Amino acid sequence: MSEALDHATAPLPECSQLQTLVADILAEARAQGATAAEAAVSFSSALSVTVRLGEVETLEHHRQRGLAVTVYSGHSCGSASTADWRPAAIRDTVQSAIAIARHTAADPYAGLADPARLARDIPDLDLYHPWSLSAEAAIERARDCEAAARAVDPRISNSEGSSVSTQSSLAIYGNSHGFCGGYPTSRHGLSCAVIAQDASGMQRAHWHSVARASSGLETAHAVGQKAAQRALRRLGSCRLSTRQVPVLFDAELARGLIGHFVAAIRGGALYRKASFLLDRLGTPIFPDFVTIRERPHLRGALASAPFDAEGVSTADRDLVRDGVLQGYVLDSYSARRLGMETTGNAGGTHNLIVEPGALDQAALLRQLDTGLWVTTLLGHGVNLLTGDYSRGAAGFWVENGQVQYPVHEITIAGNLNDMFRNLVAVGSDVDVRGGIRCGSLLLEQMTVAGE
Amino acid sequence: MTTDTLTLARQHLLAPAGLGEDHLQRALSCLLGHAIDSGDLYFQQRRAESWSLEDGQVKSASHAIQQGVGVRAVSGEKTGFAYSDEILMPALLEAATAARAIAQRGGAGQLQVWRSVPRAPLYQALDPLDTLDAAAKVHLLETLDAEARRLDPRVSQVMVSLAATQDIILIAGSDGTLAGDVRPLVRLNVTVLIEGNGRREQGSCGGGARVGYGWFLDQERALGYAREAVRLAQVNLDATPAPAGAMTVVLGPGWPGILLHEAIGHGLEGDFNRKGTSAFSGRIGERVASPLCTVVDDGTLAERRGSLNIDDEGTPTQCTTLIERGVLKGYLQDKLNARLMNSTPTGNGRRQSYAHLPLPRMTNTYLLPGAHDPAEIIASVERGLYAVNFGGGQVDITSGKFVFSASEAYLIEKGRVTRPVKGATLIGNGPDVLTRVSMVGHDLQLDPGVGTCGKDGQSVPVGVGQPTLKIDTLTVGGTQA
Repeated sequence: MSEALDHATAPLPECSQLQTLVADILAEARAQGATAAEAAVSFSSALSVTVRLGEVETLEHHRQRGLAVTVYSGHSCGSASTADWRPAAIRDTVQSAIAIARHTAADPYAGLADPARLARDIPDLDLYHPWSLSAEAAIERARDCEAAARAVDPRISNSEGSSVSTQSSLAIYGNSHGFCGGYPTSRHGLSCAVIAQDASGMQRAHWHSVARASSGLETAHAVGQKAAQRALRRLGSCRLSTRQVPVLFDAELARGLIGHFVAAIRGGALYRKASFLLDRLGTPIFPDFVTIRERPHLRGALASAPFDAEGVSTADRDLVRDGVLQGYVLDSYSARRLGMETTGNAGGTHNLIVEPGALDQAALLRQLDTGLWVTTLLGHGVNLLTGDYSRGAAGFWVENGQVQYPVHEITIAGNLNDMFRNLVAVGSDVDVRGGIRCGSLLLEQMTVAGE
Repeated sequence: MTTDTLTLARQHLLAPAGLGEDHLQRALSCLLGHAIDSGDLYFQQRRAESWSLEDGQVKSASHAIQQGVGVRAVSGEKTGFAYSDEILMPALLEAATAARAIAQRGGAGQLQVWRSVPRAPLYQALDPLDTLDAAAKVHLLETLDAEARRLDPRVSQVMVSLAATQDIILIAGSDGTLAGDVRPLVRLNVTVLIEGNGRREQGSCGGGARVGYGWFLDQERALGYAREAVRLAQVNLDATPAPAGAMTVVLGPGWPGILLHEAIGHGLEGDFNRKGTSAFSGRIGERVASPLCTVVDDGTLAERRGSLNIDDEGTPTQCTTLIERGVLKGYLQDKLNARLMNSTPTGNGRRQSYAHLPLPRMTNTYLLPGAHDPAEIIASVERGLYAVNFGGGQVDITSGKFVFSASEAYLIEKGRVTRPVKGATLIGNGPDVLTRVSMVGHDLQLDPGVGTCGKDGQSVPVGVGQPTLKIDTLTVGGTQA
């Protein structure tokens, strides 16, 4: 076999090399007159293969570098980035940022995070498990995955392929308060998308598994089978007439619904008054059985982080307790704008866990009784200013707790305020493949538009 | 033009690294030496900046430089790909070695003699970042903030963003392609929040093109965005819940052409059709629209956001007829899919950057004008929805189901546009939605230059357009059942 197929991904540079780079950038910023500065440097290396109908379709080697700096001149700031790590590029990049800061308005809220909040001890959260996977082995696994899907049923007539990917990254952040920290992470994935066909037409479905360690991935067989079963069950989809019914959001989609809640309590949306959840701290958003916790230090989890994107240490907290909003999602800037303290969420939230309920999927369908079980959403019709929600959907019509037939070419609509307040149940079928872990969500009522 | 774009691209991308055409030949020979059918090198340098305003002040801005070379090796249906963010000969050879590993057998490709086809450029090879000084950029943003607040004291927040990129690319292919392009792109957007009647609403408007920043100052174009954003926010303040269910929908001209992008365009991209995964697969020559509908994808419109002199494989762009008087005519092709389908590339091979593989993608997709007066179209509707502004859309290629979300819409009652309704998602089936087009206006418009299309995780700028259209029945996803 050829030389390049022998190894998977390029090795990561040493942490100390990138820390030196960050120090050089900060020194250059100071030398060019910045009163404060922060810098981030990253390197990532990845391999991905796609196999379609048993043959290799693409083999991609990725290797990417990044360097970003923000300088402050008093309360004015400017940012610049490049992929070039050479000294001349660092000088030019800092210069670009300084040039911008000469033209931006002084903003008393701008600046680095409060030094007292910067992380001191940086716990090892078990986020780096490089996968010494050869390209050949990756191809083999993708081939097994797709083969498992195609073997499920002769109606699996076509495929968009199966992919295996592995990525290792190293990111270092530092600022002129003296903070400099970073750590390597890994992320591996296995996915499959196949097409089922019968006299009614074609339906496509997809399944994927993602994990920090390759041992955390579902088997190739399981991923392929799930993709196939999901495509098959969509065959013969029909439409519904327009009606108002209870709706069950599949666990995979429930995460997105919670994501809309998070987006509406982010600092940026709040200080701009661009959220439907303004001034709701301490008030109920959900029914009292809903609790949402943030757990940034979960070992090996996808959204774990010892500190946030501005070096602020992260900590466990309850975002929602017994349905009541306990806190916002803030970085230093938005916190200052709101007269509050940062919540360590520069760059996002770190493992939100919606406390699971007692009902599994079958029990939730029984509780739904007669209504719509949504398994696919299409489009972006969510207005976070008003909470108005209207999206394309596909799924299953359910009567007396039993799935009747697949449905598509319909929309579901409502307002997020009502949808959250009138939540009926949270499932025990938690989907852990993301930064928000949530079971299926049963909603009291939405408008379904169809024929 | 004093200097052609290939010369400019050589100067910016190759000269600093001491690379000449002999080096490109060597890198391509290294690729082909391994039983590879064909290969190409894609050099790119991108400069980008963005400036943003809120609370009446420009408080943040950023500048970014990105450069690198992507190396692709193709053997039959297999593609090997690697890239480097250093444009240097050793890195180029290393990437070529990684990319060629895809082939274990297969035809040995022949390196063809360079040929480059000059064409009259569709846009100037300028650097848009330098077309206005920093103070003037800040002033422009402040002017738009002031205009929006002057128009309506209920405006509580104004957010303005101004951005420009310059891409310089050079493509060298084993098939003899040697081509360069210098692509400017500017974009301006205004969003206003408004408070009144105990409600908060927003309106957003913007535009862009392959020009310098001065374009925004022509004919008060930028001020027009601020005025339109305020008007939209005011309309939304009065909007009542949208209806739910199937009804007659009249789409306004211009940006509502996102209908064509989602319902038709994606389904006609070569890759999906080669693989047989599109709802349009194998349907060339069939009727998929009413005879009133002719749809094209045209990458050759001067200075448009979706236009390109050459695509990212060096193929000159063209105007491709997708649907002619209702009958499906053609697909959008890159080189790989055209070869595998025994067809010709249509100048639609596009990639987000050197770090991404080219795919068949749209450029400017629009429907040609018809004979009707728009007022006549609205007058013909007893009860329906008149939708004139949209957010994004999405399509499931395989089932053909697509959505696009209205952000400005009105009820039509007894042939008259009456009250505004809240935004709602519209859903339909790509292969038959245009069969229900019963009237086409004579008012063809292209969008203001705001479209970005996502596919396989890659974003590229695109355009859409259409005249006023009447669709006899389409499902409207409101809340009022």
